[in-house]
Amino acid sequence: MKKSRSELGQIIVGVARDPLGLMGLIIVGAIVFCAIFAYWIVPYDPIAMDIKSRLQGPSAAHLLGTDQLGRDTFSRVIAGGQVALKVALPAVFGAMAIGLTLGMIAGYGPKWLDNLLMLFFDTIRSFPTVMFALAVVALIGPSLQTVVFVVMATSIPTYGRVARTQTLTLRNSEFILAERSMGASMARILGVHMLPNIIGVLAVLAAMDIPTVIALEAGLSFLGLGVKPPTPSWGALLKDGYSLIRQTPWLVVGGGLPIILATLGFTFLGESLRDVVDPKLRKQR
Amino acid sequence: MLNFATRRFGLSLLILFVAVTVMFLMIRAVPGDPVQIMLGPRATPELQAQLTAALGLDQPIWKQLLIFYGNLLQGDLGTDVFSGRSVTDIVFQQLPFTLELIFASILWSASLGIALGAYAAAHPNTLIDRITAAISVSFVAAPAFVVALLALLVFAVHLQWFPAIGAGEGFWDRLDHLVLPAFAIGLSWVGYIARLVRASMLEVMGESHVRTARAFGIAERRVVMVYALRIAILPVVTVIGVGMGFLLSSAVFAEIVFARPGLGKLVIDSITTRNYPIVMGSVLISTALFVVSTALADLINALLDPRARTAN
Repeated sequence: MKKSRSELGQIIVGVARDPLGLMGLIIVGAIVFCAIFAYWIVPYDPIAMDIKSRLQGPSAAHLLGTDQLGRDTFSRVIAGGQVALKVALPAVFGAMAIGLTLGMIAGYGPKWLDNLLMLFFDTIRSFPTVMFALAVVALIGPSLQTVVFVVMATSIPTYGRVARTQTLTLRNSEFILAERSMGASMARILGVHMLPNIIGVLAVLAAMDIPTVIALEAGLSFLGLGVKPPTPSWGALLKDGYSLIRQTPWLVVGGGLPIILATLGFTFLGESLRDVVDPKLRKQR
Repeated sequence: MLNFATRRFGLSLLILFVAVTVMFLMIRAVPGDPVQIMLGPRATPELQAQLTAALGLDQPIWKQLLIFYGNLLQGDLGTDVFSGRSVTDIVFQQLPFTLELIFASILWSASLGIALGAYAAAHPNTLIDRITAAISVSFVAAPAFVVALLALLVFAVHLQWFPAIGAGEGFWDRLDHLVLPAFAIGLSWVGYIARLVRASMLEVMGESHVRTARAFGIAERRVVMVYALRIAILPVVTVIGVGMGFLLSSAVFAEIVFARPGLGKLVIDSITTRNYPIVMGSVLISTALFVVSTALADLINALLDPRARTAN
């Protein structure tokens, strides 16, 4: 039941037909484009200082003005998108892969293992996300890797639980029973027969999860506990903007709007994807 | 019902126990000597030995865990390394500020969200319904700390309608200081709750107990307000209970942005000074708060809707 290209094409066409989905597709497309081609788009080096032209307002030379070190805000916004995706994509895919594996094992394996894994999921979920992130950062120190790790750890339970529910509903379906009676191994049943039926739902979850991840990275960087300066993260822009809020509004605006835009884009895309891929999911969230 | 409550709280206790143990072991698993990190490189060996003994770090790990739980059961979360005050005192001194903020945020966003959702469900496809739909999609996405920063920029710094710093003294002043942070935290919840209530309201209106109430000739207003809404707000109770973690997280940011006292500010300040006992104490208390609120949400659900007691 491998997803054929035409099926994928149908999904994209379905999303593009929905006005909100199309908007999401455009916003996300623009962000990804800017992130990939950031090096060619930025008018200035995002970490190059120019103290003489510090704290300027928007002008033709600096579209969004400059910060306290004379760095071009527009360039930092564009480069910040790259950092956001660098954190979000590995974290979300990692969490999805681990959550999927654990969830399928919980749903298909013996009852005691299921209970154990559920307890594990519930335990991770019992920490308020930011508090957990702060504790981890306090212990192992702030860095891009720490952020990726924290995000991954906190979102594994969501994917795990959904994968488990899906596996539970599938495990007694006829095609699985048939496969089992022919002596297929657990790995084969899970990998070849269950996986294709679960992955779509998880992909939708992942799309809706990316905004949370981007916001968490920005939030930690805003607190000075995420990526280290001078890396141009949206959160770092907001941190500078916060301390200079009485001097210039442009740093807060420049750091805040891309986060809101990215969140909107991925949410629209995710919701539209969900409606196209699996309308039943609408009720579960 | 009692049976359900016992089981639910039993599970919460188990989860809390595992979470706290994991957290405890995590601190001990960190590479490097915590005493050295806390005291810095220039501390004398005598001072280091003194703190090691004071924190009980010279004992084997299982004994440390036992002592930790023994103290915890007596409400003792340890001692602040720098001031020598009890961590329990410090945390509980800050907790009310955070709870006040969370409560205010829930209060305004849930009342507005429920009202909008119920109205939209009773009058589908009217202007209010459309506006509600638009609001719910666009506001759900806004992260609280970005909203907080923009609100600070616009309403506190430029328009100067509301204070930018602190929690205020006296009732009205405190309320004044709550407006912007509560607005920032609650904004994304309004649309979310409205959408939730609308969907569940439309569903409940078609259920048999509502039809029966109508068949008995009960006034439409009473049918909607008492028989339908009572069931339709259940998802909101669950969502708020489960959302306590998000609310706490948003509160951390709102407290930093508006320089308010509270758990979030306490944690951040403690992290920068590497005051581990306080960090752990705050994380523990907020985790307990989260676990209890999730359990409470389930209980309230079971109380309001008997069907939820048997479903598992």
